[in-house]
Amino acid sequence: MSEEPAVRVEDKLFQNRYLVDAGRPHITVTPHEVPSPRLLALTRICPAGCYAKSDSGQVEITTDGCVECGTCRVVAEPYGEITWNYPRGGFGVLFKFG
Amino acid sequence: MAEEKFDVIVVGAGPSGNACAYTLATRGLKVLQLERGEYPGSKNVQGAILYSDALEKLIPDFREDAPLERHIIEQRIWMMDDRSYCGAHYRSEDFNEEKPNRYTIIRAPFDKWFSKKVVAAGALVICETTVTELVRDAHDAVIGVRTDRDDSIIYADVVVLAEGVSGLVGTRAGLRSIPKPDTVALAVKEMHFMPSETIAARFNLQDDEGVVIETAGTITKGMTGTGFIYTNKECLSIGIGCLISDFTETSQTPYGLLEAFKNHPAVKPLLAGSEVKEYAAHMIPEGGYKAIPQLFGNGWVIVGDAGQFVNAVHREGSNLAMTTGRIAAETIFDLKSHGQPMTAGNLSMYKARLDDSFVMKDLKKYKNLPRTLENKHLFTTYPRLLSNAAQTYFRVDGVDKKSKENAIVKSFFTTRRVKGLLGDVLGMARAWR
Repeated sequence: MSEEPAVRVEDKLFQNRYLVDAGRPHITVTPHEVPSPRLLALTRICPAGCYAKSDSGQVEITTDGCVECGTCRVVAEPYGEITWNYPRGGFGVLFKFG
Repeated sequence: MAEEKFDVIVVGAGPSGNACAYTLATRGLKVLQLERGEYPGSKNVQGAILYSDALEKLIPDFREDAPLERHIIEQRIWMMDDRSYCGAHYRSEDFNEEKPNRYTIIRAPFDKWFSKKVVAAGALVICETTVTELVRDAHDAVIGVRTDRDDSIIYADVVVLAEGVSGLVGTRAGLRSIPKPDTVALAVKEMHFMPSETIAARFNLQDDEGVVIETAGTITKGMTGTGFIYTNKECLSIGIGCLISDFTETSQTPYGLLEAFKNHPAVKPLLAGSEVKEYAAHMIPEGGYKAIPQLFGNGWVIVGDAGQFVNAVHREGSNLAMTTGRIAAETIFDLKSHGQPMTAGNLSMYKARLDDSFVMKDLKKYKNLPRTLENKHLFTTYPRLLSNAAQTYFRVDGVDKKSKENAIVKSFFTTRRVKGLLGDVLGMARAWR
């Protein structure tokens, strides 16, 4: 395993079924100037790659591919750096196998 | 629905919620179960292994129609470094028995099946409905819930929180705290499909026989965690998980970790030619006994993953979920049938019964293990030492055996020193006791 294979999480998420609640993201990032180490960590840790750093340096979220694991909540919600809800009933990821 | 009052509201339709709702409904209580998914199981993720005993206590003849994958006849435990594994396997014909002890399952179909049993038992199950908050009276007792359907309150004598490891309702109400990053693992998993004959050939199986592989070692890149490969009928579940606190301190991504695990030279041939049909992620409670929150109060109880009921050592979770759900239901039924109110004092019987069961006894036994497993040498140094030792021992190269043995012993002492070795061994022994 000397060379790490290139992984695109988008290719993985492509296998999944979602019912996206358009215009109603269930997670939001609190507005900030400089992202905390926790928010920066989420750009790596989020298993669906929902968090990314914008050109202007802030951490943003796109929840469409979220698999609702709750990791970002554990990491950042207690610090007020994100707000976290489940999607409305019926929306979000729909696991075929789970 | 707004005017109705139920004996019990169960929040969530996973194994703990289903076990609870089923037990209550079969005893004739008026039960409402609320599930946010499109159908029960659509939000639920597990490896997954089903332990028959816990389900038999609820549905003795479950084997007749439950969607089971393979009964497990072989357990493999691998300690892996980058190029090797050193393992212990246990396989026995005794596991080919009339009523097998463990099965692999796929959660979405299994949870759907379980939910049908709950409905047949008489519970009202409503999906696509997220519970948003608990409703309390002037004395702070829980008297019902609100959902995202409308603003109305649905009332019940007691609310069972079977909302899973990341449940919102209990934490919002201040009944338990959000899990700490060092008490939960993040696991990612893929479903790899291939013909059942291919699985049989690769894993040395016949018919519905199954193998499960649990692994630890350098695959987690120095983090506290494990990997797994489970055989289903026509697919493999492969996953890897590490403590979230460890993830925050490394440069690893969960999917990168999974990809590297899949490309390990010992794993890659098992997956060759497979078609991936799903990628999932889930948190697993790993904090053990010390992370269990307050489990009951006036008008509420907590069951399953929401209560951190996972035995991290033995990879048991769904059975603890079903057992806590069942015991909570039996307690509620006993109180109800004696006309007792659902006060904290009365519901404390739930905790007392858990203390008397294998659930708490097992978790208590390993109460210090989570701390011990923070010793990163277990996931880096020791797998490498073990692999080198095995290779030194098995390679035939003209060096005499006594010299080989000395080299192996020396490798352990020079790497970890006497103090380190002693500390690791004693720490593990103490935590296991």
